[in-house]
This record gives sequence, structure tokens and C-alpha cells, in this order.
Amino acid sequence: MTDFEKTPVGDVPRVRTVLDVTDILAGVKVRCGIGRNTYRIAPGLYCIGTPGKDSPVLVTANYKLSFDILRRELISVDAWILVLDTRGINVWCAAGKGTFSTAEVVRCVRNAGLDRLVSHRRLVLPQLAATGVAARRVKKDCGFEVIWGPVRAKDLNRFLAVGRDADSGMRQVTFSLWERFVLIPVELAAISKHLLWVLVAGFILSGIGPGGFSFDDGWRRGLMLTAACATGILGGAIAVPLLLPWLPARAFALKGLFTGTALGLMLTAARWHTANGWELLALFIWTGVFSSYLAMNFTGATPFTSPSGVEKEMRRAIPWQGTAVLAGVAIWVASAFA
Amino acid sequence: MKTFRYLSNVVTLSLDSDACVGCGICTDVCPQGVLAMAGRKALIADLDGCMECGACANNCPVEAIRVTPGVGCAAYIIQTWIKGKQAAACC
Repeated sequence: MTDFEKTPVGDVPRVRTVLDVTDILAGVKVRCGIGRNTYRIAPGLYCIGTPGKDSPVLVTANYKLSFDILRRELISVDAWILVLDTRGINVWCAAGKGTFSTAEVVRCVRNAGLDRLVSHRRLVLPQLAATGVAARRVKKDCGFEVIWGPVRAKDLNRFLAVGRDADSGMRQVTFSLWERFVLIPVELAAISKHLLWVLVAGFILSGIGPGGFSFDDGWRRGLMLTAACATGILGGAIAVPLLLPWLPARAFALKGLFTGTALGLMLTAARWHTANGWELLALFIWTGVFSSYLAMNFTGATPFTSPSGVEKEMRRAIPWQGTAVLAGVAIWVASAFA
Repeated sequence: MKTFRYLSNVVTLSLDSDACVGCGICTDVCPQGVLAMAGRKALIADLDGCMECGACANNCPVEAIRVTPGVGCAAYIIQTWIKGKQAAACC
């Protein structure tokens, strides 16, 4: 924020279009899952440049990453920005959850006194908000017409320049290598929350042997299990997102099984002389199933998987994934007695 | 999205051509290019590209489009199985 624009509805904070180092570092942090649920800005009216009564009104979510991406793209544009209260969630997810909704748009338009601020009666909404906002009801309830803006903020300049008209390229989501890559840190952060318990269970299982429980065996064999978990994560949460369009099969559980099997073979080869045959078999099974499960979880981060499809895939995959985990546990414990 | 394909023939999207008034709003809001206009009627041009976000049905003025929207996330679906739809939270 730099200063305030004096308007008939009060002082409106003016924000800059250049992100400073703090914004960029904070953006990297939330991409890594740190403080992601509290990264929000105050809802309400903001402005960019020196807007007047004819300037466009752009509507967005109060997730600060969304807001920063929007303002970064608005160099040499004069516009009002209406920030809704989406509880710090991005546009598309908030629309899916019902916080970026028709009622919220109407409420914020009224609270901001938009009809006294601008002479026109148009709002530019991000297209992905259409999941939660019914344009005709916004018009009916507050008199403002909804113009569906482009999916990506980077197309806004062009969209506004050509008279608020979006071509099909602006209307469709993409899932490029870079767009997939930036999702990996958040996936890893989510996994690490559960990983500790898996590893603790792994160390306990690993310590069981003919002589009862052995801390030495628990540590030595537990480290092998840790390596299998790490390899599974590499397969399911890193390789699958990166290699997504090139992996065989459509079901993510199978894509993850594919990468997990390939990496599991490498792991068993590396452990060939330091583990017995049963141990190698258990490590191989776990790497594959861990990778498969994590890949299946990645469906939630993609912009093209339908819930009906995910549910169908899960009903098929979870039974054999569960069976494989139990078989892996049984073989692992039995291998200490071999 | 033509470059990515998920499972075939699973989505709940359907369109009632008789009810369609040809306004074309569904083709504007669909982020996957699933719907297209053929003359004065909308049609489903790429059913398997649909991700059931519900934007089209939410904005159709005559309720000609039906789809069961939802969150396509495994962790969320597991929660709905265990805790039920109301208690489940998304990431």
C-alpha cells in the first residue's frame, strides 16, 4: 500500500503493482505450506493507479497470494479492486466451497458503496469464480452486471485492452510443467505431517525379531524402511506431478504404481547385498504402494480430475493398496525370522 | 483440457437441448472447453474433459445443464467416507 485515493465512499487504499522482497519471500513460504492458512488480507475496496468513476472494478479473493498475483499484472492500469472475504482461500477453491459466492459478491458491492463510486454497473470477476457465483443473480440482487474475466491474471491487461473480451486461450485452464512443479513443496509439506507416525511405526516393526525387541535392529532396519518411504515420496509426490502427461494409464494410482515400481527396483538393487530377499520384497512392495497412494492424492491439486472419476479410482485402488500394505508389513516382520 | 485426460465416461454432466435457450454463457464459464455452441443450442463437445466444477450449471439461466459438482481430491473423499459430507474439510 502506498497512500489513499479520496472518493465519495471514503479513503480507498492504493496498492502497488510491484511486489517487494517481503511479498516474494512470503509467497515462497506459503508455496512451501508455511502459514498458508493465515495468509490473507483485509477484505474491502482497494485501488491501483488513479481510477475514476469509469474505471473497471476487478473482484478477487482475500488469499494474499491471489491478490499479489492480480496486482502484479496490473502495471499501467487504473482500476478498483474489490476483495471478498473468502477466508484466505484462493478464487477457485473458495468458489467450490461456497465462500466466493453470489451472496458474498452482493454483500461486498453494497458494503463498499460501489454504486456511489463508479458510474457504470459492471464487475469483472475471474472466470473460475463461476463455480460459486451465478452472474444473473448478482445482477438481480445488486444491479451490477458480471463480466467473466480471464482465468489467469496475466491475461487481464489484454482482456481490458480489447474491450473486455476473452478468447478461448484465456478461458481454459492449463497445467504446464512449471504449474505442476510449484505444487510439489505443498504436497511434501502435507505428507510430512503424517510421515513421522509412519516412521515411528516402521522403527517399532523393524525392531521385532527372534530375540523379542531389539533397538539395534529397529534402527538398522528402520532406516531401510525410511529409504523406502523416501523413494515412495519421490515416485508419488515428485515424479508423478512432473512426468504427469507422459506416464502410462489414466488413473493416478496406476501412474504412481508405475513410478514407484521403477524406483523400487532401483532401491532393491542398491540394497541387494545389505538386505535379505524377504526384506527386499517388502521394501519393493512398500515403495510401490506408497507412491501409488501419494499419486492418487495428487488428484486434488490438478485442474482436470472430476470427483466422480477420483471416487471411482479410489474404490478400485484402496482395496489393493491396503492389502499390499498389510502384505508388506507381514513380510517385513517375517523377514527378521528368516 | 485437451492435453490431459482423466477417466472416461464417469462424469455426471448432462445437457437438456430442448430446454437450452442458446445464450452461450456455459461456453464462457467452462474452464475446460467442454461445451460449445452449434447454431442456437449448446452441446457437450468433450464430455471426458469435464471436471464437474459446476460453473456451467450454476450459470445456466434455464437449468438445462445438470452436474453433481464436488471436490476431486482423494483426501477429501476419504473424509466424506469416514466422517460424512458435513464434517469433511478440504486442504
